[in-house]
Amino acid sequence: MANATPVLEAIDQTLETKRRPPLDVVYEWVSTVDHKKIGLMYIAYALLFLLIGGFEAVLIRIQLAVPNNHFVSPQVFNRLFTMHGTTMVFFMGMPILFGFGNYLVPLMIGARDMAFPRLNAFSFWISAFGGMLLYFSYLGGDGLYGMGSAPDVGWFAYAPLTAKVFSPGHSTDYWTLSLLLTGIGTTGTALNIMTTTICMRCKGMKLSRMPLFVWLMVVTSFLVFVAVSPLTAAQIMLTLDRYLGAHFFDTQAGGSAVLWMHFFWIFGHPEVYILVLPAFGFVSEILPVFSRKAIFGYPAMVAASVAIGFISLSVWAHHMFTVGMGPAGNTFFVFATMVISVPTGIKIFNWLATLWGGKIIFKVPMMFCLAFLFQFLVAGLTGIMLSAAPFNWQLSGSYFVIAHFHYVLVGAIVTALFGAFYYWYPKVTGRMMSETLGKWHFWLFIIGFHLTFDVMHIPGLLGMPRRIYTYEAGRGWETLNLIIGIGALFQTVGTLIFVYNMVRSHKRGEIAGHDPWDAWTLEWATPSPPPAYNFAVEPTVRSRRPLWDLKHPEDQDENYE
Amino acid sequence: MYHSSRLPGGGTAWSPTNIFDPAATPAHSIFGLSMLVLSVTLAIFLLVAGLLLYVLIRYRERPSDSEREPAQVYGSNQIELSWTVIPILIVVMLFLSTTRVILETEAAPKPSGALDVAVIGHQFWWEYRYPKLGVVTANELHVPISDPAKPTPTYLALSSADTDHSFWVPRLAGKTDLIPNRLNTMWIDPQEPGLYLGQCAQYCGTQHAKMLLRVYAQSPEDFAAWIKQQQRSAEENFSGNAAAAEGRTVFMHSACINCHTVAGTVATGRFGPDLTHLASRDTIASGPVQNTAENLRKWIADPNSMKPGVLMPSMHLNDHDLDVITAYLTTLH
Amino acid sequence: MMQTTSTIPFSAQAETPWVLPHRGIVGMACLIMAESAIFLIFVVAYIYYIGKSLSGPMPAQVLELPIPSTVCLLSSSATVHFAVSALRKNNIRSCTLWMAGTVLLGAVFLMFTAREWYHLIHDIGLTIRTNLFGTTFYSLVGLHATHVVIGLIMLTIALALLLGGRVKEKHAERLEVLSLYWHFVDGVWVVVFLVVYVLGR
Repeated sequence: MANATPVLEAIDQTLETKRRPPLDVVYEWVSTVDHKKIGLMYIAYALLFLLIGGFEAVLIRIQLAVPNNHFVSPQVFNRLFTMHGTTMVFFMGMPILFGFGNYLVPLMIGARDMAFPRLNAFSFWISAFGGMLLYFSYLGGDGLYGMGSAPDVGWFAYAPLTAKVFSPGHSTDYWTLSLLLTGIGTTGTALNIMTTTICMRCKGMKLSRMPLFVWLMVVTSFLVFVAVSPLTAAQIMLTLDRYLGAHFFDTQAGGSAVLWMHFFWIFGHPEVYILVLPAFGFVSEILPVFSRKAIFGYPAMVAASVAIGFISLSVWAHHMFTVGMGPAGNTFFVFATMVISVPTGIKIFNWLATLWGGKIIFKVPMMFCLAFLFQFLVAGLTGIMLSAAPFNWQLSGSYFVIAHFHYVLVGAIVTALFGAFYYWYPKVTGRMMSETLGKWHFWLFIIGFHLTFDVMHIPGLLGMPRRIYTYEAGRGWETLNLIIGIGALFQTVGTLIFVYNMVRSHKRGEIAGHDPWDAWTLEWATPSPPPAYNFAVEPTVRSRRPLWDLKHPEDQDENYE
Repeated sequence: MYHSSRLPGGGTAWSPTNIFDPAATPAHSIFGLSMLVLSVTLAIFLLVAGLLLYVLIRYRERPSDSEREPAQVYGSNQIELSWTVIPILIVVMLFLSTTRVILETEAAPKPSGALDVAVIGHQFWWEYRYPKLGVVTANELHVPISDPAKPTPTYLALSSADTDHSFWVPRLAGKTDLIPNRLNTMWIDPQEPGLYLGQCAQYCGTQHAKMLLRVYAQSPEDFAAWIKQQQRSAEENFSGNAAAAEGRTVFMHSACINCHTVAGTVATGRFGPDLTHLASRDTIASGPVQNTAENLRKWIADPNSMKPGVLMPSMHLNDHDLDVITAYLTTLH
Repeated sequence: MMQTTSTIPFSAQAETPWVLPHRGIVGMACLIMAESAIFLIFVVAYIYYIGKSLSGPMPAQVLELPIPSTVCLLSSSATVHFAVSALRKNNIRSCTLWMAGTVLLGAVFLMFTAREWYHLIHDIGLTIRTNLFGTTFYSLVGLHATHVVIGLIMLTIALALLLGGRVKEKHAERLEVLSLYWHFVDGVWVVVFLVVYVLGR
């Protein structure tokens, strides 16, 4: 390890190298308003829930491994799938992606911090409290083996199952309140990201020069404003129904169960785009660096992202094709859903074109991005199948849908996230993660993923509905469910290796330096890890790849933009 | 004493609920569309995944590569235009094909020979009413087969008494939801006699998993015979021994009558399934349990032991009462 | 290894001055977007359930056009606007007066709403659980009233700071951000007025 540090650095380093009392460290993290620390707290918190949610999934797969199994009771199973879905979407997916956004956006635009640092901290803590509240539900009511009062209404909590009469006690309320709180946190973070991006870019960074990740976080933030609020509204309505005798979704008083579905999916569909757009952002940053080429068609990528954002607001009822909306309603939503495949396809083609003619380096971050490309392609295609309403009448509510959305959530988003971890870990910690362990993680996880989720389409085609705690023998589902479970084990092992890699590399990884990947965006111009103030002097940029310009003065990007 | 004319099973050897083994027109239409969609998506997959594979092999970094960066290509208007226009065309084609099938199924004119059945979903069983024929039954739906030359499809009017449910018998049609305070319709026209299986496809509570569907498609003669039998009241039908007679008395004096109907008696409860012709059914508990005297007795003793979370409580009857009530119920053909 | 010097070259002056929008205004615009979406869902529910109540009093029977309260609320938008302009011109006294007026008008609006609700609940017996009209009316109008209360609290704090001499000309932008929230609340009232008292009756 190099020790020749100039005097200036020594001053900066003094505080870091002395052992500090643990209470000081805790206080620093609990009271921080630094976007980098808050980002890391979001990520750590999300990783904890990844493990818990994953554990819930493993229990589900064990119960379903053979027909008429008695591993868990139906009541426990119903709580497991509800908690698994709710946890993974709201307490894993959202925090981890906004955690990355929090960390990276100010760095990528040459800013010192977010626009509203205290709001940033508040948003994190209220989201964290929401997660704790949801999990506290396991401890109330019947106690842990009866799984307490954990909600058992499914992650989208259809009415009137959530009415007081069908869901007595407080389990549904844990669902409602914890999500309400985390929604406030998410809105706060989105507000921060939007404001920071609009108001705090460094000199010369016009909107057309922002890294694509930042663009995607902006579109994501816009979607949060427009889409999370309907969920908040619906949850307020549900709580009024349950406690003040309101009749929003009370079918006995003339209320409509379908109205809940509309409100939920007006949130729920954009929500999945909120989850996937940052993943697009990761890939758009990592893929070019390991192809040694600029992203192909930056303006089209921006336009496609914005288009996806807007169109995603109009497709929600493709989750409701079986509800009886009638031919006119069904046809409209078929059309909107098929249309969104066009900008999505454009992005895939642009990524392919970036690879074309490049020099592809198969390091672990890139391997995950390439897996993403393949898996997202498949996920998109099964999405097209689901968009054909009559086909949807067979496929919806079945394991085909579960396979499709896990293909997106795990095959695309989690896969891209893994790539992002390996790529930015050196920036955050100053050390590289182990390539060898990374490759073990990659192969075990990908094999497990395909074992589980490729096979999972088939029971759906053979008539297996979702959310069933067991199934009849003789329907052709038995062996398939067993294979699905085995794949889950592979994924678990791969994930554990990943966690071990992160912990171990923190102290034993190779020192990274400020730009280990020879990349081109502003965050690689700072030391690893960056100082609290990010940039000693506010940068000025003249193109989309400021570091490329520096490294290639004879062939600067600004000549081509 | 009426039993279905076919053994359970049907469908391919692989699965009796295979969506790619259609046995009625709606399922056939969907099958046709699904083949089109699958072909198109398969073609796209092969093309794009093939390109991806090619690119990864052709442009991978080789040790012989120089340190120079490859040529930086920022975009190409023509290429980008073409991969915008071609997908749009594919979308238009798929959209039009899809719309045609939507109309074929949802907007199909109703033939005069159609049979009307009202299906009411409950937690966790199916109520079937044939309004024009005066028949009320539960959990096992009988329909006549339909001859394409002279169609006699069955039109199902779907609603729910409590939470959301969904009627899904994959070989016959796509699923349609049963939603309280809302009336949905769907139709099926099986052309081959047989038993078609399915189950509830919208999470409705604890025992959603065991809300199974059994649709018996019968020849017109068999169906007419079944209807005739279902139209008789229990008293007309009663042909039991002393134990059954005693069981009838016990039954009519117990709380059973608050939830269940036995046509022609004082039992007129509507909360649970109609039991008038219970013994004519192959299964109880909405599908998962074979209808034998032993199973029936176990069920009445403690339904929760066989279907945990079911809404029928244990009646806490003593052994003797259980025996005689079971004897009575087994006479209800 | 930490470096305190940037590796990015910086130019002492950019070609053109680099001016970006004010953080507070953009942040408030985002908040307004999110809040509008919440209100929109309540408005959609209201409109969807018009005429669908199975029983109980109907809007036409019990609602009267709330003209006085509307006049108060909309005027308060004007007064807060004048308060901000006054502050921009460093006229603290004028700003204080206009701000006091805004708080007063807002409070009068709430008073009128309270009176209307008292009449509906006590005299007519319409509550949130009576029927679909009751459910959607109280929730929508109540959500709006909650936002009025929050806004009034903020405005009162601003008024107190003004009275304490702590507000200067340089705070004009911040006061404008608050006024934007108040304009939003008034804008929502226009929609609620039209949907509940005009369309719904």
